Amino acid sequence: MRVIGLETSCDESGVAIYDAREGLLAQRLHSQSRMHAEYAGVVPELASRDHVRRILPLVTEVMREAGTGWGQIDGIAYTAGPGLVGALLVGASVGRSLAWSRGLPAVPVHHLEGHLLAALLERPAPVCPFVALLVSGGHTLLVKVERAGRYEIIGETLDDAVGEAFDKTATLLDLPYPGGPALEQLARAGDPARFSFPRPMVDRPGLEFSFSGLKTFAANTLLGYRHASDRDRLRADVARAFQDAVVDTLAIKCRRALRATRLSRLVVAGGVGANRALRQRLTELAREEGGEAFFPRAEFCTDNGAMIAFAGCLRLQGGEWTRGGFDVRARWPLDALQAIAPG
Amino acid sequence: MKLLAIDTSTIACSAALFDGGDPRERFEIAPREHADLLLPMVDALLAEAGWSREQIDVIAFGRGPGAFTGLRIAAGVAQGIAFGLDIPVVPVSTLAALAHGAMREGGGTRVLAAMDARMREIYWGAYELEGGGRLVARGAEQVCAPMDARLPVGEGWFGAGDAWDVYGDILRLRLGPRLAGWDAGRYPRARDIALLAAPVYMEGGGLPPEQALPVYLRDNVAQPKKRKPSAPE
Repeated sequence: MRVIGLETSCDESGVAIYDAREGLLAQRLHSQSRMHAEYAGVVPELASRDHVRRILPLVTEVMREAGTGWGQIDGIAYTAGPGLVGALLVGASVGRSLAWSRGLPAVPVHHLEGHLLAALLERPAPVCPFVALLVSGGHTLLVKVERAGRYEIIGETLDDAVGEAFDKTATLLDLPYPGGPALEQLARAGDPARFSFPRPMVDRPGLEFSFSGLKTFAANTLLGYRHASDRDRLRADVARAFQDAVVDTLAIKCRRALRATRLSRLVVAGGVGANRALRQRLTELAREEGGEAFFPRAEFCTDNGAMIAFAGCLRLQGGEWTRGGFDVRARWPLDALQAIAPG
Repeated sequence: MKLLAIDTSTIACSAALFDGGDPRERFEIAPREHADLLLPMVDALLAEAGWSREQIDVIAFGRGPGAFTGLRIAAGVAQGIAFGLDIPVVPVSTLAALAHGAMREGGGTRVLAAMDARMREIYWGAYELEGGGRLVARGAEQVCAPMDARLPVGEGWFGAGDAWDVYGDILRLRLGPRLAGWDAGRYPRARDIALLAAPVYMEGGGLPPEQALPVYLRDNVAQPKKRKPSAPE
């Protein structure tokens, strides 16, 4: 079974082709982040306008790269939510009508399911059940994955998502948008001993997160040292203290989650999962807990078409597709999904 | 020639089939339901006409101006179908379609198409039917305040579109006796998209699928954020 996947939920246009036997055949991504940089954040209308220009040329490219004609395609998957409605509708309208025109099944995919299952594209792939930490610009979740399609949210952020906290703090540090990767870079030169930021919500039981206070703490630190002579030094040290606090907090909650669920496998997904300090720390932690941590390669952590093609292929093998319109959902609870039937 | 036309540029959603006779059309006022309605409408039309999908030669769509999300739905569907069937697309102005519909039903030859563009602006275009039945635009399409809409010369103009309700007072005042009448309850329809697109296609004016793109007219949709000055010294 061979499926084309389209992802347009936010500011990346992604297209890929996944084959159930041969694996990922081709994938292409167009990132809009440079376009949104001058607005210091994603402008939904501009994102939608860009998707509708990019998506079809990307489809052409992946089909050419995969050497695939329509005769070998068994379905079209597209992200149907959650995300920006206008942006989602581009992938949904193109995907659904491509399927319609070829008489193929169309599969609406949950964006976060795509992220959660992205690690299964790698070898060795984690075996269910596992605990997933999903960390991105829009989400911070701890999820117990019993099996593909059966997700129990066991921890969530109460305010900012981790990636959002990274981006906002990066802005305070005069880093260009999107600042997450730039902040990581800057933190490498920072002194871990100079500042100690709080570890939010680790002093009480539970798996909830809160990251908005860390950004404020960074702002206040910068304000307190505004007369410091070596500002570059200061920025690096603040970046380091911020990242250490985030990584520490996530690690503490992941440890709790593994113990509470009595599971040993930890899967990390979402854009912040590309952060190397976080990867290293969670790898050690999983080992300490007698388990193993799994990370998709960086290009599968951020939004991409491959994860949608893959999740869509699993759903299609399980007999799920849509015959009607192509409605999308800005909000769509992950735990509302049904388990995927074995294909 | 078998032509499929779609339009989702306003609160109306419509699809039409045309092969030379009277177009077969589905039309519904259905705000926010376009994504659910459009393809089932096309399915129903195909079944009624006894066409198969593969017989469609060309797809025409309302390229705008209009509601941004709606324009992208029509463009996205046109892209998907055209790419899947390996057929060309014909983008059609929604203002021209609006004017064409008013002439088709009202019999006049001069129409001022005006759609509410929100933010106290309108989408505006003047159209005339020339000898030989060809619709011609008098001046470029505009997005502007009703006060700034460019008025064409001559008399006997008929107003069409919902802006003639929302901003009717200003527009009527400006036109004075040159306005022959108006119909604010009219929207662009796939039937007129089809009739306008057919000659374009026949003359070789079809475009490749990836060029099925919206024309928004309003392009200043976001203000760049000024860089904050560095922390105070």
